[in-house]
Amino acid sequence: MRWTGVCAYTALLPERGVCALVEGGQVAVFRLHDGSVRAVGNHDPASGVNVLSRGIVGTRGDVPTVASPLFKHVYDLTTGRCLDDGAYAVPVVPVRVRDGRVELGSAA
Amino acid sequence: MRLVVVGNGPVGQRLVDAVRERDSDRRWQITVLAEERYPAYDRVALTSYLGGRTAAELGVVPAGCYDDRDAVLHLGDPAAAIDRAARTVTTAAGRVVGYDALVLATGSAPFVPPLPGADLPGCFVYRTLDDLDAIRRCMAWARTGIVVGGGLLGLEAVGALHGMGLDTQVVEMAPRLMPVQVDEAGGHVLRRHIEALHVTVHTGTRTERIEPAGRGLRLVVAGGEPLEADLLVFSAGVRPRDALARDAGLARGPRGGVLVDAACRTADDAVYAVGECAAVDGMTYGLVAPGFAMAEVVADRLLGGPAQFPGADMSTKLKLLGVDVASFGDAHAATPGALELVYSDQVAGTYAKLVVTDDARVLLGGILVGDASAYASLRPLVGAELGGPPERLLLPAGLTGATPDLPAAAQVCSCHAVTRADLVTAIRTGGLRDVAAVKACTRAGTGCGSCVPLLKRVLTECGVTPSRALCEHFDHSRAELFDIVRVTGIRTFSQLVAAHGRGRGCDLCKPMVASILASLGGGPILAGEQAALQDTNDHFLANIQKDGTYSVVPRIPGGEITPERLIVIGEVARDFGLYTKITGGQRIDLFGARVEQLPAIWRRLTDAGMESGHAYGKALRTVKSCVGQTWCRYGVQDSTTLAIDLELRYRGLRAPHKLKGGVSGCARECAEARGKDFGIIATEAGWNLYLGGNGGFTPRHAELFAPDLDTGSLVRTLDRFLMYYVRTADRLQRTAAWIEAMDGGLDQLRRVIVDDVLGICADLDAAMAAHVASYRDEWADTLADPERVGRFVSFVNAPAEHDGGVAFVTERGQPRPARPGERVLIDLEVVRR
Ligand code: SRM
Ligand SMILES: Cc1cc2nc3c(=O)[nH]c(=O)nc-3n(C[C@H](O)[C@H](O)[C@H](O)COP(=O)(O)OP(=O)(O)OC[C@H]3O[C@@H](n4cnc5c(N)ncnc54)[C@H](O)[C@@H]3O)c2cc1C
Ligand code: SF4
Ligand code: FES
Repeated sequence: MRWTGVCAYTALLPERGVCALVEGGQVAVFRLHDGSVRAVGNHDPASGVNVLSRGIVGTRGDVPTVASPLFKHVYDLTTGRCLDDGAYAVPVVPVRVRDGRVELGSAA
Repeated sequence: MRLVVVGNGPVGQRLVDAVRERDSDRRWQITVLAEERYPAYDRVALTSYLGGRTAAELGVVPAGCYDDRDAVLHLGDPAAAIDRAARTVTTAAGRVVGYDALVLATGSAPFVPPLPGADLPGCFVYRTLDDLDAIRRCMAWARTGIVVGGGLLGLEAVGALHGMGLDTQVVEMAPRLMPVQVDEAGGHVLRRHIEALHVTVHTGTRTERIEPAGRGLRLVVAGGEPLEADLLVFSAGVRPRDALARDAGLARGPRGGVLVDAACRTADDAVYAVGECAAVDGMTYGLVAPGFAMAEVVADRLLGGPAQFPGADMSTKLKLLGVDVASFGDAHAATPGALELVYSDQVAGTYAKLVVTDDARVLLGGILVGDASAYASLRPLVGAELGGPPERLLLPAGLTGATPDLPAAAQVCSCHAVTRADLVTAIRTGGLRDVAAVKACTRAGTGCGSCVPLLKRVLTECGVTPSRALCEHFDHSRAELFDIVRVTGIRTFSQLVAAHGRGRGCDLCKPMVASILASLGGGPILAGEQAALQDTNDHFLANIQKDGTYSVVPRIPGGEITPERLIVIGEVARDFGLYTKITGGQRIDLFGARVEQLPAIWRRLTDAGMESGHAYGKALRTVKSCVGQTWCRYGVQDSTTLAIDLELRYRGLRAPHKLKGGVSGCARECAEARGKDFGIIATEAGWNLYLGGNGGFTPRHAELFAPDLDTGSLVRTLDRFLMYYVRTADRLQRTAAWIEAMDGGLDQLRRVIVDDVLGICADLDAAMAAHVASYRDEWADTLADPERVGRFVSFVNAPAEHDGGVAFVTERGQPRPARPGERVLIDLEVVRR
């Protein structure tokens, strides 16, 4: 796993996302209520647009979620699965916080 | 005795299961030879692997099946040859296995047309988990994809690529999609549905060759522009895998496949074939159900039974890319003299065809596209006397009574083509209790959302009292939450959800709570924790568009604007390359702004004295005016001034839904005031106030609430009306629906806000006064806060970059979002540059 720093942890608002550009790909990074971070692809397969980082973060049951701002499809931030339509899913990106920086992982 | 099974697909596995079930005294020792690395898995559900299901989750081998010594499975070691004289099978690895009975269950292989370049890297097929892994690896960088073949499996592959975020095109040689299952008109409807997903469809298009093009591929087609994509999936049909049998001297069916009789036995008594590789009496079957039936037949035979393959129903019903398609019986009217009845609804995008005998008495088959809910009831009727005119079957099941004005066939949700009958069926059969369940079950209401009120109504008509709960996080209605917040003084979502709800909220309750906090004077809507509650429109104070860019609408109160401001708007649009349009609300909308451009755009607009028009908010939009007495020869009052005053008074007021007003200078009503939540029409004596109008999904004219008011009384009445609405309406309930739902309707409203029977008028007046006094322009507020301006970037780690997924083309001298086909070309240009 190779880790790329994208921003300071403090740049993330609680329960809000930002988008990072890594190797030409867009990754949506979220800070959850408990302070942990999650990252998934920024591309919303349901609308075909790069917007997931701008969705509302919340929960469904115990699962942390983001709702696409376009047509409101809700994705499980842990598995990337769309909880409203099984045909959709987004890739989950490894993410961690090291020394106050948010880092995204990619297979080396 | 020794049973050898070649192939461990779903059918080969079903055979093993069926033998194990019947063979209680373990007469058969089973050896399974499998080519793939994985034990049998559900190939029908293959696509869900891309959606995150694992190989293990897809597996269909019962636990313990190959644990004991009576059955062994050799993975990754395909059978290479059969020696029928010696009754042995030799595998690729050199294993030699003897048999007393041999069952071939080798399935079929995707057909790759023999085109030059078909074997280039980037060309894939879609049959196995390994195929999907290969595609997935390529997805890591690919942005565009082509599927060659617009049949059932081709469209499934299209759905997968599209679902994984690729700009996808599909190329079909036949003149329509799914040529086997649907007819021309049905194919047309299907095509429209698929194109609506921004998938580009090329029919009647023959591929000539494939060439490398940069990192991707170029598809050269007969008589047309070449198509380009990063990856290509062939889905041009399948061919039964009959080579092993052929090499062993066994006969093949006329269109391939291992020729077997109704017992699924070849000419060699010891050799059987089942599933897609078998040609039963010469006929192959590309579906899994007939294969299972064959497996049961062979299992029965192996244990001495008399079973025969009964033939199979090739009817199919599926949901491809969210579109229902069903085809059953003699769908193409091949029976001599057959008649066709067609019902096609262009608006709803549904198509239904029934094929009946020449006397119209017997149903032979049919095709349904867009809405296949009738499939279940129609398919069993094939071959039966109809006992009535066939056309009645074409319309969705007749549900009588309840609401005469909403017939069963009425399209309640036009986004997802869901009829009232569909809803009633879903509610009754699924025991659905609320709108969320109806949405999840039928998809109705999950598009534009306009039909949600109707969903509630249908629920009520089905005897379900919809729960007032907003979502899974709160059991309260909006009005109850409003009161909780007002009375308890709670001012954050976290406190509210901890004390009165559960979980961490969702896209329904968060913006609603944000709206309540804002209505109660919670300060700037982006302050503190509130920022995380807002949906993207309120978060960026602009309206998101289909391509992820935003539109900007400055407030133009009453539609009145100075030439100087008009010029500034024009300059801003020009300098930022924004599409410009006069809206239906007497103002100007600038489209296509990227997040990082918004602050600079507002800076220019606010410098010229303009402010946010709240086009994004559930808030006051516009108060439309006519020129009125000032210019118009018929005008009896100054409608423009009143409209401007009201728009400035109520601007920024957060409400359960958007709010619109209108003021006309006389009864000719040029401002269309009665189409607004509050409409005012000038009279000789003052103003007539009308309440509860709207356009939109269910247009309603506002009704006269009070005649001949002077301006002071008018404003006071309006203050109370709006505040009472803000406090007590449901989420996304406009004033008309709110009044309608109120016990006593308009009269009750009059008792509350005029007669003050509840004694709340002073409170309402004070709340509105507080709102008016605390109003601040959100754009200016944001510009004044560098931390907040800093949020306006596309990429947190590359503030200077913008989303490469956004692309424009010019139309009539202005930019508009590129369509997918155009996108491919633009992307290539970018790559070349
Ligand atoms: C731009 C405009 C169309 C135009 O090109 O003229 C427009 C555009 C949108 N309308 Fe509209 N409506 C526009 C005038 C209207 C009108 C006409 C009017 O206001 O006189 C109506 C009918 C009157 C009414 O509201 O009752 C109208 C009825 C709707 C509705 C249906 C509301 C209903 O109660 O059924 C929606 C859906 C909603 O709000 O939930 C909607 C929603 C929308 C949204 C916000 C949809 C969305 O979420 O993306 C559109 C985005 C606007 C944007 O990005 O800036 N728009 N919309 C008009 C902007 C007016 C303005 O200056 O603010
Ligand atoms: C994406 C997709 C969607 C589908 N959707 C549907 C649907 O909705 N409804 C439906 O009815 N059908 C559907 N099908 C078709 C369905 O999957 C097949 O009808 C079914 O899989 C046939 O089962 P089978 O066991 O006969 O063949 P297969 O599933 O093809 O299995 C044959 C197995 O034999 C192995 N094999 C081949 N040669 C050898 C050898 N020499 N030695 C050892 N092993 C060998 C192969 O590797 C394979 O694992 C779909 C297929 C795909 C690909
Ligand atoms: S509503 Fe009456 S006053 Fe206003 S423009 Fe029309 S005719 Fe003139
Ligand atoms: S009409 Fe039902 S969601 Fe749009």
